[in-house]
Amino acid sequence: MKALLALVRTDLRLYFSNRRAIVISLVAPILIAGFFGATLGGNPGKRPARIPIAVVDLDKSEVTKAIVASMRKDDNFDLRDFELAPAVEQVRAGKIRAAVVLPKGFGEEAPRALFRPDAAKPEIEIHVDPSQAVTMALVRGLLAQHVMEEVARPAFGGGAGFSLKMPFETKEREVTSGDRKYNPYAHSFAGMGVQFILFSGIDLGVAVLLMRRMGLWKRLRAAPVSRRLLLGSRVLSGMIVATVMMLGIYAAGIAIFGVRVDGSWPGLLLVIAAFGFLTSSFGLLIASIGRTPEATRGIAILATLLLVMLGGAWVPTFIFPEWLQSATLFVPTRWAVDGLEAMTWRGQGLETALPAVAAMLTFSVAFTGIAVACFRWEE
Amino acid sequence: MLEATDLWKSYGETAAVAGISLRVEPGQIVGLLGPNGAGKTTTVSMITGLTAPDRGSVYVDGMALGETANDAKRRLGLVPQEIALYEDLGAGANLRLMGALYGIEGRLLDERVDAVLALVGLADRAGDKPAKFSGGMKRRLNIACALVHDPDVLLLDEPTVGVDPQSRNAIFENLESLRDRGKALVYTTHYMEEAERLCDHIVIVDHGRVVASDTRENLLKLGTAPAVPKGPSLESVFLQLTGSALRDGR
Repeated sequence: MKALLALVRTDLRLYFSNRRAIVISLVAPILIAGFFGATLGGNPGKRPARIPIAVVDLDKSEVTKAIVASMRKDDNFDLRDFELAPAVEQVRAGKIRAAVVLPKGFGEEAPRALFRPDAAKPEIEIHVDPSQAVTMALVRGLLAQHVMEEVARPAFGGGAGFSLKMPFETKEREVTSGDRKYNPYAHSFAGMGVQFILFSGIDLGVAVLLMRRMGLWKRLRAAPVSRRLLLGSRVLSGMIVATVMMLGIYAAGIAIFGVRVDGSWPGLLLVIAAFGFLTSSFGLLIASIGRTPEATRGIAILATLLLVMLGGAWVPTFIFPEWLQSATLFVPTRWAVDGLEAMTWRGQGLETALPAVAAMLTFSVAFTGIAVACFRWEE
Repeated sequence: MLEATDLWKSYGETAAVAGISLRVEPGQIVGLLGPNGAGKTTTVSMITGLTAPDRGSVYVDGMALGETANDAKRRLGLVPQEIALYEDLGAGANLRLMGALYGIEGRLLDERVDAVLALVGLADRAGDKPAKFSGGMKRRLNIACALVHDPDVLLLDEPTVGVDPQSRNAIFENLESLRDRGKALVYTTHYMEEAERLCDHIVIVDHGRVVASDTRENLLKLGTAPAVPKGPSLESVFLQLTGSALRDGR
């Protein structure tokens, strides 16, 4: 036990004495999580960015002028005035998301087509930025609303006071815990925390390979300590480091970005500790499979990124295809991300944390078992 | 004190060690000499329990050596060929860790750390990190790490590689002092002048086998043969026994 403590103490001392590395290990996930959180709608209550588009009115009729005016008033749009060719060029350059072209004759043809199914429908051409598929759905929907309102006005003989509106309103209620608004930082901190802590697991594995190269591993093995103790000390120290670092990341998320633990605190701590074990066993697995530090680091980074991506750390798993959502239940990081989210913004209780903890412990034990079985003891 | 008998180790079809035996008494330095790939490091690895022999046995003061923790291992100290130190841990902290692994603690550990630092001439550098040390200082600390638990048998695998003459001389004086205190030492080296100065008994190995094992004086007598042009020296005897062909390792 004393030898184990000495080894763990040494590992922790070496890790935490490198202040620059600590700061970078903490600052990087916090900054990136902050960035993703802000991008995904951080600062709840703040109005989202307006969509820059152009409307090219080739008709110049009363109807099309009214459509343009109506769209200009819409807070969702940042309407820019361009002729057709420059508008298309602006889309190509990525300066605006779309260019809507109202064709000549639209003001006459559209009201007619509204009531006569056999009448030819005028065609609104939309030049789109193909990288903005999600935005396009929004543009299409809002455009339909504005066109319907303004086309219907003369068709129904309405004057300035006439207005054809949607016959209903929608009210969105965010289903989080209680009445609190969803904080997107809660997701980004879970995702980036998992990603960067797993990177520290790579460091743990590579450190063992470096120790082997330096002869340190030989020296430790020559001491009267068991193999189990030598590997166990690495797992324990790695778990402590990962847990402390994750707590640091969440502390920053709570203090700076308003992440709240609306669920169970003990549940969150259990999830973090289980993830710490998962990280260190992952590191040990890397050490047992790897040959040289250089080659191992590259492969381990690739494996980590795949784990992180499939675990829903970058984008939530619900946007995955259904088969992939099921498949990712066999990805340990999925349980980490889900567990962290459940304990924060989803406001779930301890009982929800337990399956995630159990899954991560199962993966950790499996990783450790494989690592011990594959570990190369002889040089 | 140390008795290794009929050690065998093969890697696939290649026999790295084929029946090497070695005996070291207290107060004796035994040199293990051989060209690259002769089986020196594998032999040391088997003696220290790092590598399990395919056949043969190792006894330390009558106790069989196993791979896991046991009393025999506590009585051995290994100085690896590499500078096996935590570069970012102070010299004293390195020694404390090694002592703790051998079950030493408290005041005894403090005393042992101070003693070995003084022995290798680093008493005033206990708080400094090896990363700031010269090559010679690192080598001396490398030896100190193997001494902190006061082993009866010390195995040194080419411990003077890359050090300046002053540090090498200091290391020799340390080793001679340990011999005078009754320690048993096994010293592997490529440098014949080191073996000539230090070793009481020399074992020359080649292709995994012992080709000569005798006192320095008796080995030098082999060099009087007419085939040796420059007269008797350990190097000429060594070349006579192992041949002059280049050995680039296996």
